[in-house]
Amino acid sequence: MTNNLNAMKFIEVKNLSKTFDQFLANDSISLTIKNGEIHALLGENGAGKSTLVKCLYGVVKPTDGQILINGNHVTINNPREARSCGIGMVFQHFSLFPALTVSENILISLDEKITKKHLEDKISIIGKQWGLPIEPTKKVLDLSVGEQQRVEIIRCLLQNPKLLIMDEPTSVLSPQEINQLFKVLRKLANSGCSILYISHKLNEIKQIASKVTILRSGKVISSTSTSKISTTSMAEKMIGKKVKKITKFSKNSFLNSLTAISINNLNRKKISQFGTELKNISFNVKYGEILGIAGVAGNGQVELMNALSGETLGDPDEIIFEDKKIGNTNIKFRRSLGLEFVPEERNGHATVPDITLTENTFLTFYNTYSKNNNFLDDILLSSNMSSNDSISIINDNDVRCPYSNPLADQLSGGNLQKFIVGRSLKANPKVLIISQPTWGVDIGAASEIRSKLLLLAKSGKAIILISQDLDEIYEISNNICVINNGSLSKPKITSKISAKDIGILMGIN
Amino acid sequence: MIEFTPRKIQSSFWAILSPIISIGMTIFIGSLIFKMLSYPVMESLYQVFVSPFSRPDRIADIFVKACPLIIIGLGLIFCFKANIWNIGAEGQFILGTLCAGSFALLFPETKTYMLLFSMFIIGFIGGAIWASIPAILKVRLNVNEILVSLMLVYVAMLFIDFIVRGPLRDPMSFGFPLSKVYPDGAIISKVDFPFIGFLGQFHYGIFIILILCPLIWLFINKTLPGFQIKIFGSSTRASEFAGFNKNKITFYVLLVSGGLSGVAGVIEVSANMGRLQPEVSFGYGFTAIIVAFLGRLNPYGVVIAGIIIATAKLGADNAQMVLGIPKVVTGIFEGMLLFFLLAGETIQKYKISIRKDN
Repeated sequence: MTNNLNAMKFIEVKNLSKTFDQFLANDSISLTIKNGEIHALLGENGAGKSTLVKCLYGVVKPTDGQILINGNHVTINNPREARSCGIGMVFQHFSLFPALTVSENILISLDEKITKKHLEDKISIIGKQWGLPIEPTKKVLDLSVGEQQRVEIIRCLLQNPKLLIMDEPTSVLSPQEINQLFKVLRKLANSGCSILYISHKLNEIKQIASKVTILRSGKVISSTSTSKISTTSMAEKMIGKKVKKITKFSKNSFLNSLTAISINNLNRKKISQFGTELKNISFNVKYGEILGIAGVAGNGQVELMNALSGETLGDPDEIIFEDKKIGNTNIKFRRSLGLEFVPEERNGHATVPDITLTENTFLTFYNTYSKNNNFLDDILLSSNMSSNDSISIINDNDVRCPYSNPLADQLSGGNLQKFIVGRSLKANPKVLIISQPTWGVDIGAASEIRSKLLLLAKSGKAIILISQDLDEIYEISNNICVINNGSLSKPKITSKISAKDIGILMGIN
Repeated sequence: MIEFTPRKIQSSFWAILSPIISIGMTIFIGSLIFKMLSYPVMESLYQVFVSPFSRPDRIADIFVKACPLIIIGLGLIFCFKANIWNIGAEGQFILGTLCAGSFALLFPETKTYMLLFSMFIIGFIGGAIWASIPAILKVRLNVNEILVSLMLVYVAMLFIDFIVRGPLRDPMSFGFPLSKVYPDGAIISKVDFPFIGFLGQFHYGIFIILILCPLIWLFINKTLPGFQIKIFGSSTRASEFAGFNKNKITFYVLLVSGGLSGVAGVIEVSANMGRLQPEVSFGYGFTAIIVAFLGRLNPYGVVIAGIIIATAKLGADNAQMVLGIPKVVTGIFEGMLLFFLLAGETIQKYKISIRKDN
């Protein structure tokens, strides 16, 4: 125990429960955070982390249980009351207006009245004090994601919090930015501010937190000091079973195979005001290779995916598949050549939420069902085919459905993703282009999806993997390149590029 | 605080009950309004809702009144399913009528029904052309189709007014803005029922619904283009991901809906007026929007909704004649019915509970 014996408990949660309808999201959770402690909260999606934190921050009212701050009972009815109790929170999704400056953004959320000039001075002082340099007069849309996070942290620090809640703070940061953030958090903790750190990244928790509380299905499974628990047993406690280790089958056996797809000087204009322009993107992928494209979100990944899938078109020779120029062809045609796509957005892009899985199968397969593709292709005729296909996708990929053939949005995120990836694999693609395949997916499903991708590559197919998750990219890709502000770095062999190099390519020093 | 939680499974209990409740609520609030305006409540309700059914010829007239509403409504299903907001069916109705009517007047003395048949085609094309203006602007320049289609209604109204007062005015009309009477081959005749004879204005044009309705149902539910329209309406990005052509869908749904409005106009004028006049539609194109939604964008539903709205319209006529209740009362009933129906839809989709707070 590294803490002083006389360290005071700042907040104590006793038997807190929260039910939504019949669903028990938090089941009598008890938790103690001492002054100056960095306390990690670990759990899968749906384990109850967010609900617990929302109860502490006054967004949600607990059904049962008590919260004590400095030994006194409190009821927290709304975030304002939480702030006055000394609790600050940085959400995973920032709530900043892109068109306003840093100081304006902070000004509108402050409870106290203060002039803009005075606030700008304060921001600079706090920035210097904690190592969070930021230009108060800059517009938020000109800031990187890491800088935007700084704005959110400064916004909290202005209220002199005694407890700072950070929800998945590193999911959008580069390795360098993560290190910087950790420095800030340690400094804060040393000054006596407690930190509740929510994450599902085990290494980070080991690195930053002194205590960890693991939640599963709304219950506290374990609460110990991080020095007493290994990452493996943390993972096992989190998912409730042994984790399968996945291994790359072959290293670089693809080197002699043919080039599957090559991208040559691909350029695309912005699709929206806050979009990213793609500049001179070039790369090749061989059969049997997995190319990982790393990068912080919002650096052109969506635009790149749209260009590769054919949802936005360009010149014919920008994309060459085998020896066909397909840069100007639509997604339907590219599918018929043997390309498959899994976009980042599961609901409303990869699938239609309010139709059944069978119909969602039909959605991307109808081309293969109809031989002549004429006007009156009967859905009734092909509904047998799509129903058979969807059943085999469900069985092959262990998609858990509440009942047979549910609507797409009745599946959990992980199961829907397994279905979508399974649907693409069912098409037996020559090239699979997949974006953020395991984003928001629980560990079990994520490792299943990754092993499927490795198997596909082993069978000689090419994969382009666009992901924010650096661990994932390191785990399965043969070559890595980095997308930064619409430009793509040259591919490097995975074993020859360090996380630090990647961070530099991401444009952060 | 009132909480809305989405239902996981659509409640079939509420699906059946909610339209019934909506109609009940409409009648209830309607009678309150009658009461407040000090009309005899029971008598007023009788005139509005029951009197249209009181005689066979009156029942027949319900179908006559419902016919244009249903045909336009059937066309609007395409647009609204695809989330394309064609508000200009009224204008497409007028333009279809005008094109077909002008064509008919080119061939006076024609007796053959080939003329009527060609008028259907020309009416369809006329309506489709009028709808193609918002379609092209939407596809090429991403101009809002609601505004363009709506504004074109007024252009169409003034255009037919000009034509009937100018180029096509009958010299024998004593200065009235009327065209010559259609030739016989352009007139849809009344149905002479065996043993009964004529029933009100009931004409052969109404039978077209019997063909259109199942055809459209099949198209929407059983064909690939119908599926594409539905998917496009519920999720544009997913439909692009599936490889459906966004512009093609937008274009065709507007064309079909404009065309069917044109056909409705041809039937209405050929059956009931027999000549062109400045006013060929009485807001059918706007009322049909309500009909399409009341019918929940289902072809059979649209038929039922068309009959309900037509009943209310005729009932309001009767109420005006017998009790002196202003005719605008139908507008109120239509509005209330739509309002309660949409409210009912919320009950179907969400579970509503009252949460005790603080």
